[in-house]
Amino acid sequence: MYDVAVIGGGVTGGMIARKLSEYNLKTVILEKENDVVMGATKANSAIVHAGFDAKEGSLKAKLNVKGSEMMEQVASELGVKYKRNGSLVIGYNDEDVKTLNELFERGTKNGVRDLKLLTASEVKEIEPAISDTVVAALYAPTGAIICPYELAIAAIGNAMDNGVSLKRNFEVKSIEEKDFHYEIKSETETVEAEYVVNAAGLYADEIAKMAGKGDFKIHPRRGEYMLLDKECGSLVSHTVFVTPSKLGKGILVSPTVDGNLLLGPTAVEMTDKEDKQTHSEGFKSITEQAKNMVENIPFNKVITSFCGLRSVGDTGDFIIEEKNNFVNVAGIESPGLSASPAIAEYVFDLLKEAGLSCKKNENYNPYRKPAHAFREMSLEEKNEYIKKNPKYGRIICRCETVTEGEILEAIRSNPGATDVDGVKRRTRSGMGRCQGGFCSTYVVELLSEELGISYLDVTKSGGKSYLNVEKIK
Amino acid sequence: MINKDLVIIGGGPAGMSAAIAAYESGISDILIIERDSHLGGILQQCIHNGFGLHKFKEELTGPEYAYKLECKVNELNIPHILDTMVLEVSPEKVVTATNEKDGIFKIQAKAVILAMGCRERSKGALNIAGERPAGIYSAGTAQKFVNMKGYLPGKKVVILGSGDIGLIMARRMTLEGAKVEAVCELMPYSGGLARNIEQCLNDFNIPLKLSHTVVEIEGKERVTGVKIAKVDENRCPIPETIEYIPCDTLLLSVGLIPENELSKDAGVALSRITSGAVVDQNRQTSVEGIFACGNVLHVHDLADFVSDEAEIAGIAAAEYIRGNISNETEINLKTDGKVRYTVPQKITAYTDTTVYFRVSDVFRNVKVVVKNGDKVLFEKKKQKVAPGEMETVKITKDMLENVNELKIGLEVL
Amino acid sequence: MIRNMTCIVCPMGCTLEVTLDENGKFVSVAGNTCKRGEVYANNECTNPVRTLTSSVRCDNGEMLSVKTSEAVPKEKLFECMEEINKIIAKTPVTAGDCILKNICNTNVDVIATRSI
Repeated sequence: MYDVAVIGGGVTGGMIARKLSEYNLKTVILEKENDVVMGATKANSAIVHAGFDAKEGSLKAKLNVKGSEMMEQVASELGVKYKRNGSLVIGYNDEDVKTLNELFERGTKNGVRDLKLLTASEVKEIEPAISDTVVAALYAPTGAIICPYELAIAAIGNAMDNGVSLKRNFEVKSIEEKDFHYEIKSETETVEAEYVVNAAGLYADEIAKMAGKGDFKIHPRRGEYMLLDKECGSLVSHTVFVTPSKLGKGILVSPTVDGNLLLGPTAVEMTDKEDKQTHSEGFKSITEQAKNMVENIPFNKVITSFCGLRSVGDTGDFIIEEKNNFVNVAGIESPGLSASPAIAEYVFDLLKEAGLSCKKNENYNPYRKPAHAFREMSLEEKNEYIKKNPKYGRIICRCETVTEGEILEAIRSNPGATDVDGVKRRTRSGMGRCQGGFCSTYVVELLSEELGISYLDVTKSGGKSYLNVEKIK
Repeated sequence: MINKDLVIIGGGPAGMSAAIAAYESGISDILIIERDSHLGGILQQCIHNGFGLHKFKEELTGPEYAYKLECKVNELNIPHILDTMVLEVSPEKVVTATNEKDGIFKIQAKAVILAMGCRERSKGALNIAGERPAGIYSAGTAQKFVNMKGYLPGKKVVILGSGDIGLIMARRMTLEGAKVEAVCELMPYSGGLARNIEQCLNDFNIPLKLSHTVVEIEGKERVTGVKIAKVDENRCPIPETIEYIPCDTLLLSVGLIPENELSKDAGVALSRITSGAVVDQNRQTSVEGIFACGNVLHVHDLADFVSDEAEIAGIAAAEYIRGNISNETEINLKTDGKVRYTVPQKITAYTDTTVYFRVSDVFRNVKVVVKNGDKVLFEKKKQKVAPGEMETVKITKDMLENVNELKIGLEVL
Repeated sequence: MIRNMTCIVCPMGCTLEVTLDENGKFVSVAGNTCKRGEVYANNECTNPVRTLTSSVRCDNGEMLSVKTSEAVPKEKLFECMEEINKIIAKTPVTAGDCILKNICNTNVDVIATRSI
């Protein structure tokens, strides 16, 4: 019997599980995919929003501002790269300027620090690549960038190091409320827990319904992105948004914390929760908008494109509520990533009020060894390290300079990578300009050896995503 | 820090040929740095034949071509380290490398030859819409799985791009038990050699669809099919021509890009057209004492040409180390657009120089013309020129007198 | 009768125009730039052959690249592949070593193209 079962291994579930691991609780994360972070956490704008966007008084506003304030500390404990690069919302006309003023007002009421309205020349000064057509901007110095899956993997890894269990490929098929606990079943396994946290992202509505704990609806909203080579990562230093208008929220142009340039997202309402196809119209729309925002974006340097699905609730706000020891954490669309550390505290408080007994875990260690520890070492430190661990002297991914040692570490440390994409998310191997053309055969070999599985059983991303279909020799 | 006369980055055909030439020109303090566990570079996985006809006067497979060079390297006792990746080259010619045994180490070289080869263009660059399932490989990755690991990455295959690697892989996959449904080529002509279309596609009745591209990839876990479409003269897909091909694999052979990350660190000026260094007839880059040759300089059709070029760089590096290279002049070689680029891009000494060039389109019945202003210095007729086949023209010493710039172009007859 | 083909002997890839008599027998060829093109055209009309290259697994698990020592009849390519895929090569191997004699009764051997 577990104390708490957290359904969903995204950034929300991960942060909650980590919070729970501060206490002497038996916690399990149930993840339907072969790896954690496979939902919206994997593909979003990678932004820690300052918090001027959400309506005053909403959960979104409250948790965004608080989460954003907490993020730097959390990232540093988890060894996750975080950069407070500041964000700019740019306006092209009087209408936009009016909206920018409203955003300024709202942000200030929400408690966002240091917001500032800038004139065109002030914008150009801090961000020279901005288009000449810009007339004004809202500057939020507390806006930041972070890699969302790095954060979530680290949070889950840290939770696991502190005693939380993770069950992958556990797709919840039924939830039954018993007298004193819940019985959660997958096709092959049953988990019992006194408390349940439903952080199932797009499927949170179905999970709530299964347990009879809510009849809200979640629908997917598609967001397509284009990622450019590291050569282009310094084109802008701030995260650049356009002023939201009747036409929509618009896209952003932003450096990523790993030095690439990210363009997107589109916003298309969807029904199919599994349809992560990118569309040529999406690329076109992104390209056109980005051109107007920032000058000279080298679109021929796109190294990959991807699509994420936002979990959009039907209330306009995050849906976080406790019903008889069952907590829904649903509709966590933007600013969900920014809010995640605050969501975890909020959910924890709900659980405590519901009677979860919380004794401090004396062995709790908030720190996790950074996944990129090796690359941040000095030359001397690296050489000392290689002497003890020669595998760190061998480069597997040359585009991102990833060593065999780092890949083995990604497979061996919590939550270990079990497929090629999992290695990629943890180490960046295959994420560079050649997109795995060179390193993927090595990564397949390392996974096969480390996991003790046949070469043929190594997948790209779990399930039946096999990379090789037959041994021919 | 270790000191070396000559450090060669890359132990493929370019690196080995350059090393041999430099050694034979009297420089023996050489180090070849190779990232793989054996010399030969990408040739080791190019197990098909068709190599060496020019250089060795016999038809060899890739590994055999590499073996011949390797034997020579060993015979001359030219030092080389394997399983070692170069991390950085500085403008001062300090080479930083890493391996399991020595960790990260630095070498001060008198001269450096860049011979890192090229990499394949990836899917990302194409912006093909759809899912990102397993089953999408660059042709070279598939080649490695099949030839070096003994595994078949897919059974029903569509290939995008008809460059030589794509064509070769169509045959390899077919022979190893896969069915290649089609090879799609965006351009109205193939970028591969005519012989490869014959022996890799026609021999196995594999259709070559010119002016076609892949517009969408289907499949959630593994590729289940692709949509292809004919493209118009602006290379835009024509929606009415979309056709669905069920398959489990999409191989991409959509071009090679010289691998110049290290060159950039070293401050070497790159050409926007070749994506390789701008060099003179010695294959010396904009940074004195740093030379480049092979596919890192520009993508070649044949390993034989790579070796030829590498020998030029090897000999020149040896001369440079001895202090025998000086710039007597600087004559820029310009092109007319029909000729897309030349290598070298400039000539710095009064000497005969073979200039390699590539054209931008298929042209029939043309004259290759070398001009100084309006004055024609040389011309030769060609029945057909195509982007897939590198051409040469010889610039003789006497053409260089009192010249600042030469223009190499095509005139259609 | 005229048959068009591309010569595969060298990278030039000459376009050949082969004249055949009413029995499909080779008469003459045009378009070739060298003598080898003529031999190729003649062969191609009577008994087309190809050099086959592949790889085999070695007893130490590594892969070894191989080729047929000479060209084999085109229609036997797949039959030869089946034989090649059954081979486990003994190491050490030197480039040029015979790995399988007389594959599919073609009087052609399979030889190693690299050393392991």
